[in-house]
Amino acid sequence: MHPPPRLFALGDAAFTVEFGPPQARDVPPDIQARVLGFGAGLAELQAAGGLPGVIEWVPTFRSVTVHFDPDRCLPWHLADRLQALAAEGRQATDSGRKWTIPVCFDGEFAPDLDAVAVACGLSREVVIAQLTATEFTVRMLGFLPGFPYLSGLPASLEMPRLATPRPRVPAGSVAIAGRMGAIYPWDSPGGWRLVGRSPVTLFDAARADRPAMFAPGDRVRWQAVGLEALAAS
Amino acid sequence: MSAGLEIRSPGLGVSIQDDGRHGHRHIGVPLSGALDPVFLAAANGLLGNPAGAAGLEVLLAGPLLQALDAPVRIALAGTMGARHLTVAGAGRAVPAWSTLRLQPGEQLQVGSPCGVGYIAVEGGLLTPPMLGSRSTYARAGLIHVVTTLPCRAARGFGERQNVALGHEDGPIRVIPGPQDDHFTADALDHFYTGPFRVTRQRDRMGLRLAGPALAHNQRGADIVSDGVTPGAIQVPADGQPILLLADCQTVGGYPKIATVIRADLPRLAHLQPGDEIRFRAVDADEAAAARAALARRLSDWLASARPAQAGGDPDTAVLLAANLAGAAVRGDDPHLWPD
Repeated sequence: MHPPPRLFALGDAAFTVEFGPPQARDVPPDIQARVLGFGAGLAELQAAGGLPGVIEWVPTFRSVTVHFDPDRCLPWHLADRLQALAAEGRQATDSGRKWTIPVCFDGEFAPDLDAVAVACGLSREVVIAQLTATEFTVRMLGFLPGFPYLSGLPASLEMPRLATPRPRVPAGSVAIAGRMGAIYPWDSPGGWRLVGRSPVTLFDAARADRPAMFAPGDRVRWQAVGLEALAAS
Repeated sequence: MSAGLEIRSPGLGVSIQDDGRHGHRHIGVPLSGALDPVFLAAANGLLGNPAGAAGLEVLLAGPLLQALDAPVRIALAGTMGARHLTVAGAGRAVPAWSTLRLQPGEQLQVGSPCGVGYIAVEGGLLTPPMLGSRSTYARAGLIHVVTTLPCRAARGFGERQNVALGHEDGPIRVIPGPQDDHFTADALDHFYTGPFRVTRQRDRMGLRLAGPALAHNQRGADIVSDGVTPGAIQVPADGQPILLLADCQTVGGYPKIATVIRADLPRLAHLQPGDEIRFRAVDADEAAAARAALARRLSDWLASARPAQAGGDPDTAVLLAANLAGAAVRGDDPHLWPD
């Protein structure tokens, strides 16, 4: 059993509803299910006109932040409504969407793969086999537009972030850190360990209905492809 | 005939901003929008635009703009002057907090703001919106690289001007938390006593403050990332707060000791390195009263705008025309700054 959900003010225009404590190193899957269930409940309420003033909400590993216009609703009333919805304890398991993402694990595209293999006491081939055998779950999008935090990395591949982040990680880099995986949608600074490269476009503002490829609850597998597949795309 | 402004010189720290990109934070897209939405609304209001119509935000040095084939009406807000250059090359100082009409071929050289300044055009800038907003967010390609800014041809006439619109003084008002229980009692005391000095590390994502170290309690300085918003004050392990601004990420992994109320966010836009600030805790009712007071000040200010005086000071115009590099500064005009 988990403690009941708690609601916090994030300034005067947002509430954060917390389903799991801030310090947990590994957020249990049922917390994720409650986050997804709460989001589904919000979507239904909003569609029914029951969330006046609410602009958007942001699911994370263990909480949902609801952003609202405080001049277009009664914040205390919204807080009551959010707490009532959270107390329902609704759960949703996943989005039902599965993705297979091509990843090239060759040479220059996997600058940290050998170091990960050495640190984990595994061969390079075994590391790739474990990565491609994993079914990841998208926990949240953040850090950069479309950047997916993927849970499910085997404990055998657990590694801390780099002590010194790289100033530039190329877009498409496939990376691991802690018990998580990720794919960088954009060139950016980054401290995750780079184990491959994918040609998939994770974020495209021109796809107006769904600019980000992934959504929380999606299942993701990495499929090894050769250099030629990367070059062809 | 195309209406618009050609960017003859882009200035520095200039971006297109409106009232923000709402509805995409769940996929990691920052809110963005004007750092000071009140000043943007002031510039827009002088032209009869909606408060959040897209304009140019100037952080360091203003651009040189030239009207294309149609007249364009422009308004300036902020402590920021400009020079209006006719086709013949004659120049006239334009104070901030006023509108002007730029005839085809005429240019406007906007100076450097103290804090942040805004350039609005009648009807708003008409660059194509991306994800429902015209705000620039270069990090994710949400930017149009343009040499001309489309807008509509001037319809209104009768230029207007007003006195400077200031912001309130006093401590920055915050609502405590959401993770104020991650700090020692001393740290909370220090936080609400201050003062904190603004450091040089600042951009549209946030600014770092320096002050008394804010020690975390046994709950520690790392949290599992949760939602953040502009105004949230994160405190990493070094105990020095980071104040998040419009382009901040959507989630963050540091405890947030407090969050600045919406009515005080515009004040943060103008903080300069070395400035000292203090924080004061308020509740939701006081935050609501502050929002109402700010909205009232803006509407009172807009209602008090008066017709601009025609012509201006000819001696000044001659002086400025002779100083195209912008060395001439009119001492009696607090809005005009050297380029």
